[in-house]
Amino acid sequence: MVFGLFNVASATAGASTVEWLDFSGKLGKQFIWVGTSLVLAFLLLVIEGEFFIRTSVIHYAINILLLLAVLAVGKRIGGAKSWFSFGGIGIQPSEFAKTGTSLMLAWMLSRNQDRFNQWGSLFKAVAIVSIPAALVLLQPDAGTVLVFTGLILVFYREGLSGNVLIAVLCALLVTIATILSGASTVHYPGAGAATGAWILWGILLSIGGFLWATVPQWTVPRRRKRNRRAVLFSFAAALVLSVGLQFGLEEVLRPHQRDRIHVLFGIDVGNPDADYNIRHAKAAISSGGLTGKGYLKGPMTAYGFVPEQETDFIFCTIGEEWGLMGTSATLLLFTLLLLRILALAERQRSDFTRIYAYAVASILFMHFAINVGMVLGLAPVIGIPLPFISAGGSSLVGFTLLVFILLRLDAERFSVLR
Amino acid sequence: MKLRERQWIIGGIFLLISVIYLGRLVQMQVFAHEWKAYASRLTEETEKLEPARGLIRDRHGEIVVKNKAGYDIWFTPRKCSAAGGLDTLALAELIEMTPDGLARAFRRAENYATYRPSRIQKQLAAESYARISGEMWRFPGVEVRRRSLRTNPSGLASHLVGEFREVDQNDLASNQGYRLGDYKGKSGLELQWESTLRGKRGTRHHIVDIRNDYREPAQAGMLDTLPVPGDDIQLTLDLELQAYGEHIMANKRGAIVAIEPATGEVLAMVSAPSYGTDLLTGRDRGANYDSLINHPNKPLFNRTLRATYRPGSIFKIIQGLIAMDRGVLRPSNRIVCDRSIIGCHGPHRFDNLEEAIVHSCNPYFHEVMKRMIQNGSTGSIFSDAHQNLGTWSESVRTFGLGTDLGGHFPGLRSGSVPDTTDYDRMYGRKRWAYSTIYSISIGEGELLTTPMHMANLAATLANRGHYITPHAVRGSEGIERMESGIDDRHFDAVIRAMSTVVTANDGTGGRAATPGVEVCGKTGTVQNPNGNHSVFIAFAPADNPQIALSVYVENAGAGGDWAAPIASLMIEKYLYQDVTQSAKEQRILEATYPFPEFPL
Repeated sequence: MVFGLFNVASATAGASTVEWLDFSGKLGKQFIWVGTSLVLAFLLLVIEGEFFIRTSVIHYAINILLLLAVLAVGKRIGGAKSWFSFGGIGIQPSEFAKTGTSLMLAWMLSRNQDRFNQWGSLFKAVAIVSIPAALVLLQPDAGTVLVFTGLILVFYREGLSGNVLIAVLCALLVTIATILSGASTVHYPGAGAATGAWILWGILLSIGGFLWATVPQWTVPRRRKRNRRAVLFSFAAALVLSVGLQFGLEEVLRPHQRDRIHVLFGIDVGNPDADYNIRHAKAAISSGGLTGKGYLKGPMTAYGFVPEQETDFIFCTIGEEWGLMGTSATLLLFTLLLLRILALAERQRSDFTRIYAYAVASILFMHFAINVGMVLGLAPVIGIPLPFISAGGSSLVGFTLLVFILLRLDAERFSVLR
Repeated sequence: MKLRERQWIIGGIFLLISVIYLGRLVQMQVFAHEWKAYASRLTEETEKLEPARGLIRDRHGEIVVKNKAGYDIWFTPRKCSAAGGLDTLALAELIEMTPDGLARAFRRAENYATYRPSRIQKQLAAESYARISGEMWRFPGVEVRRRSLRTNPSGLASHLVGEFREVDQNDLASNQGYRLGDYKGKSGLELQWESTLRGKRGTRHHIVDIRNDYREPAQAGMLDTLPVPGDDIQLTLDLELQAYGEHIMANKRGAIVAIEPATGEVLAMVSAPSYGTDLLTGRDRGANYDSLINHPNKPLFNRTLRATYRPGSIFKIIQGLIAMDRGVLRPSNRIVCDRSIIGCHGPHRFDNLEEAIVHSCNPYFHEVMKRMIQNGSTGSIFSDAHQNLGTWSESVRTFGLGTDLGGHFPGLRSGSVPDTTDYDRMYGRKRWAYSTIYSISIGEGELLTTPMHMANLAATLANRGHYITPHAVRGSEGIERMESGIDDRHFDAVIRAMSTVVTANDGTGGRAATPGVEVCGKTGTVQNPNGNHSVFIAFAPADNPQIALSVYVENAGAGGDWAAPIASLMIEKYLYQDVTQSAKEQRILEATYPFPEFPL
């Protein structure tokens, strides 16, 4: 079933590959990569699943080494040092690091059955993810780092407290509120004009103070102290985050970087170039309408209005040429694929395979959510590919590796008891 | 909660994001029309296909203004740099620019847009293009675009034809479909008949790429339209007569307007000095315009329509006609030439109307107007004037004076025929009497007319009491017969007098005599501190008028000396196509008034 889905996804990739690459000459290369991926998929299916489990550590180590190497001798493209260049072929080790990290995480978590009840195993798990993430951040490639943070879903499934997820969500909300309020100018009576963030901070302080003061009313006496501390800690953290973020935005970031963040939140930055990409992307998708303009008939994407349309903005091509039908079908396929991987994970007897499956789902989910969200103007403009659809050899091979290892492990679910 | 159940939460997060994205997609793709409009603005571009502009012909079909090709040079910086640059020195020479000028143009183009072409040189002639076209391959990023320009090969009637040039900010703001870089009529007939001459622009819709290159027709060309050429217009001018008029007015300042009395068609409109229309349409327009606008003789000033002069003695004809029509004067009435109030000239003492017109007797017409204005009807000279001037002004206006003559000449000054309110404003209500304003009785004072008005007066006299709205373009709308309201029979005496002016030994217009034709005319000498203006109006032949005209020569002296012979030459030219009075012609051609040191 997953295999079938994958094929459909792959076919979509092939179809949309043709339409825009027809003119650019990158099409041939992409076909070679697709061929390479198919051969690789076949090889992966032949290899014993046990092999992947036993070589997890080696796999991980090789990836770390590659990430280190690319920092040293990598080729700088578009401001990030993330490519090895062999002749005409570029290879991006961060695409493979996702697989290595997933394997390593699965290996480690499946051996430590304490479910994050001890700080040690949490620390180890975080370290496994953080090391490659930090190396990628040095390139810098914010998108891939964001993908690594998606692995928090794996932690959650394997026992991390739900409070952490909620805390992350709250931090996100505070961040958004800070950026929105920080960009506005408010005239305070008696104090002149200043950033609207002061209002936010005032609200945070008063709510925190109110909760702290009213703790005795809504808790049983023996938990009072603990709750007070929790309230104090969380609101202090929120305040520190908010103030720090505002300071960083205003004082540390350069104006064009700040503009990019503001554009994301729909704040008018008064610079038509700042939101150029996203404007054109939205226009392209919107112009597709219900049924699209037809295969190869989208002027926005065919004639270069949408930047990076064969990689990060591939979803625009689907939107313009296939319309809502094409985009919703793509959404549906990805959703089914993700849910299918979850179902597949839950039927495993092997902890390793289950954890690995969750890692795969998380990684695919982050790619999907950020890539499509970016094009729709709902997520930051961060360049990461749409799995199996975007052009690019490394990412295609990387995802093939990621998914087919899972398929191979799944195929052995009855034969091995781990 | 068991850990296993956390799969539902994680799955729920996946589903939630998908549903949010789906909602966003529905909103964007089905409902967000502003984004769709934005997309088509980006990807569609309309190419305009210029229609051929209508030609301008004279009354015989001769071409006055036609189209010619001008070649603009355009430059796309990106295409040039992509191909490795070009030899700027060679290009500058080829397209007739200085190397500095070319460098400046390149910088401007670079600043405008690297992917879009900018115009770096305008309106090269066809000969230059022939030379350039073979060399274009040497200059990447440079292209030649053809544009339709106007040319008036004869250089005649430039004031009337007007300018055809690039639109300015006002035109762009006028919402008439002009776009930056378009050309249009900016003055004269080119402006007045713009909608006829212009034709309809065709369009071709293209899908463009990010570099604005055309890639494919939009919607399979279903919205495309072909240009519709503009209509020709035919002038009523006689190009030969116009040419002759401009020829004999050389080195003088003044104006000639000739009208066919039966139709109101203007046969010639000469404003001297003139200039070639093409001076103001070509590439050197700026420099030419500067030298023309600063020239002491004001060649750009259209004297036929814009110069206002006092009518002088010629006005006496109108005075006599109105008085006769009111019954206060008979042609046989004699009036003593009493020079105590108002001066006069010549040896006459006691003229009748005819003689008074021939001698241009000032006291005679002072008395004639007095009979109309100060007629004793109220017992007060102030009330009399106040009551009677209004109707008098009305009568004068029926000759076209002080009106826009039907409005066929934009820019025509109406001139001035003072009436009661004007004098009330000047002197106070009933603070003036005929004695205050009598100078208008002999065509001085506050009266002002243009050469066009005076030619129209000549036509009105030729027609014995009516004129047809004067116009310069065949098929103009609103051509009407305008009645002066003066009874036919009153014209006999006046026309006899005008004939005598030309034929009598002591007539002031003897130089207007023309072999083979009876010319009727009247001289005028307009007082001017820099030298009086020489004025003459005439029509001929007397029994079947074919041409009526006014002639003005500024600062030249008496009307009979210069304006009259010019009128004679024009009449002969028009009626017989040939001028036999070579001595007269020679004398006029040699005359240079008034600034010989500024030849044009």
